Amino acid sequence: MAESSEHNEQMAESSEHNERLERLDRAFSELIPHNRALGLRFVEYAPGEATMRLPYRDELVGDPSSGVLHGGAITALLDATSGAAVFLAMREPVPIATLDLRIDYLRPATPGIDVIARATCYRLTSNVAFVRAIAYHQGDEQKPVAASAGSFMVGTRGTWAFRASQEEQEGS
Amino acid sequence: MSQVSQLMTEARRRGELSPLLTAIPYARFLGLTASLEGTSVVCRLTYAEHLIGNPALPALHGGTVGALLESAAIFQLLWSQESKGVPKIITLTVDYLRSARPMDTLARAQVTRQGRRVASVRAIAWQEDEEKPVATANAHFLLSS
Repeated sequence: MAESSEHNEQMAESSEHNERLERLDRAFSELIPHNRALGLRFVEYAPGEATMRLPYRDELVGDPSSGVLHGGAITALLDATSGAAVFLAMREPVPIATLDLRIDYLRPATPGIDVIARATCYRLTSNVAFVRAIAYHQGDEQKPVAASAGSFMVGTRGTWAFRASQEEQEGS
Repeated sequence: MSQVSQLMTEARRRGELSPLLTAIPYARFLGLTASLEGTSVVCRLTYAEHLIGNPALPALHGGTVGALLESAAIFQLLWSQESKGVPKIITLTVDYLRSARPMDTLARAQVTRQGRRVASVRAIAWQEDEEKPVATANAHFLLSS
């Protein structure tokens, strides 16, 4: 009996996890026009951690003689996945904005193969979030094609509202 | 690589970069064009709905602005003959200074250091006022001889 109820709990947890994954996938891939244009999909999530996939497409090639994806597509994948990791680190999601993003292009992505990015938000304060990410091919995580470090402003809209209210007080 | 040098020869003959841009699928995907101001390449990211990253504001996706800056750097290197083949990007650091609004975005790049193997490039992206950049970038490229 005990074993069976534990099993049921695990099943419930896993279906809850999959439902949330579907919601995240919809929110990030369908509601954000550029993510949708790139065909980005949410692959996995955990607290402060996001994994997204960029499907290989001829349209995204940067060097037609080699068929290698343009660095810009990798930049967009890393930026999107890093932002998602920040949302997954927050108790209550608030708007964020990329402050800076540094990318190391470690090796060219293999033509014809999807690129996966996994990002970890390793520090979150009330103003700033710090994120590390890698981009790799499935099964080849030890040989990433790119690595990034980014920082994000947290609660951007709140910040503006706060600043505006301060200016209003100072002005009066 | 020979394809790129042929395209560059054609671009120089015509005095414009479009032969090169139309050959790059990702440039067409983004809606990227380039023009010349003397020896300076100015890239334009024509606004389209699919470039949006934050629909609430709305603002352009950070990745599209990063791609614009990287492209401006590559085209400047190719045009000023610092690189014969496509320069390979080593690192890219983008500073996002303002949210990029849903309108055309321009970018230009300057080669800050030209070595035998590596070039350092600084690029800026702006919308209405070049003095108020929406983003700046520093990039290093490996030059192919």
